[in-house]
Amino acid sequence: MPDFIVNWLNTNDIFTATTMLHYWDGMVTTVQLVFLSLLIGLVVAVPLAILRTVRNPFISGPIWLYTYLFRGTPLLIQLYIIYYGIAQIDGIQDTFWWTIFREPFYPALLAFVLNTAAYTTEILRGAIEATPHGEIEAAKAYGMSWARRVRRIVMPSAARRALQAYSNEVIFMVHASAIASVVTIVDLTGAARDIYSRFYAPFDAFIAVALMYMALTFTIVFCFRLLEKRMLRHLKPANG
Amino acid sequence: MKKLIIAASCALAMAAGAVQAKEWKEIRIAFDVPYEPFEFKKPNGELTGFEVELAEAMCKDLEAKCELVVQSWDGMIPGLLARKFDAIMSSMSITPERAEKVTFSKPYYNTPGGWFARESVNLDVTDMDAMKGKIVGVQRGTTMDTYVTENMSGTVSVKRYTTADDMVLDLEGQRLDVVFVDYPVGEQTLLSRDGFKEIGEPVKLGEGVGVAMRPRDKDLAEQVNKSLDKLKSDGTYDAIMKKYFKYDIKM
Repeated sequence: MPDFIVNWLNTNDIFTATTMLHYWDGMVTTVQLVFLSLLIGLVVAVPLAILRTVRNPFISGPIWLYTYLFRGTPLLIQLYIIYYGIAQIDGIQDTFWWTIFREPFYPALLAFVLNTAAYTTEILRGAIEATPHGEIEAAKAYGMSWARRVRRIVMPSAARRALQAYSNEVIFMVHASAIASVVTIVDLTGAARDIYSRFYAPFDAFIAVALMYMALTFTIVFCFRLLEKRMLRHLKPANG
Repeated sequence: MKKLIIAASCALAMAAGAVQAKEWKEIRIAFDVPYEPFEFKKPNGELTGFEVELAEAMCKDLEAKCELVVQSWDGMIPGLLARKFDAIMSSMSITPERAEKVTFSKPYYNTPGGWFARESVNLDVTDMDAMKGKIVGVQRGTTMDTYVTENMSGTVSVKRYTTADDMVLDLEGQRLDVVFVDYPVGEQTLLSRDGFKEIGEPVKLGEGVGVAMRPRDKDLAEQVNKSLDKLKSDGTYDAIMKKYFKYDIKM
């Protein structure tokens, strides 16, 4: 941080340079955690969503059960079970898994990935099932195989239909990431709690952090608007 | 007429002086029960505990009659200011915020922070080289948190917890090497179970707990301070403390 900013910040009571750096570290952690869990979640959700629409119940059944479980329970409980539960498994401390799960970041990432993947799967499934029959029949008439049909016809239009619902999921995920602070991760909320307890100033600490979450959310909304403009161009009125 | 007014005001001033020099023959002291082992009720309903016995010893020393009042915590300071009682001896830590409303005596006890770890861990918590890279758990916002943050933040990594229970789980699950927690809390949650032990010496932190009184009752505060000093030096305090604690909380 440049000196003149540090000097200016240090004239404040609460929002000193140290405090702002603490918030910044929290912001970086939040963005990392949310970005990684959304990315991995999406990669997992696409094949799951396709398989979820398959008629064979032995394939779609387990996926239905998975989304049912993870959408049916609160994320906080999932995080508690994964973070504290794993540490209770006998002997886990002696395996290489412990190097991963000792840190709070990876249990949290796992919980977030499983949670967002379940929601994204259902969003995509809805979009896939809404594919007009005519398009599929036309593809079949052209002699396309199932895989080619999915790749060329179903997925491109499903992705467009899912876009708006998915932007909601992204925003929810940013806000849900606030619970990472209960397992000692110093994310934005964790930083705010530290600052609150240091200065006994709940309003200042939490309003500041609320504004930061809002800035993050607006950035995401802006990005999705650009994406929608591009991907949903065909839906615009002819001379709008 | 003028003379009369002067005479009257002189009389008033004298009367006021007499009020100020009022002998404290009766002191009403408030406690929030139960807060074992500081104040709690025996099965027969009688109040007892470390602070209750200390208060009784103090009253005996002051040759005053003491009335023990039970008051819930959130009405403590308002009740004192509303003259429902004259003093609070209910483990009230001295803080600048409270000191604006009430007058505190000199501190009469302070629970230390204790270091606890798993049975298998051997660590010297004062040796900064040995502590390097270790993970220390604290409760967020406690004096223990402040101590570790200010004195050891470059050496160890600090994890902050909201509740002691979560912290104990992580100590048990080996995510933490050592925890630094209010001694009575550590004694209750860790030493009462197998597999944990105390390491190093307890550390005294913070300004301690004092008797809270109304700011106007300066004479009472003076007497209380004098009496506490006497009890601390003549062994009465130590005798009461030994009854309730295995460690030193004297201040």
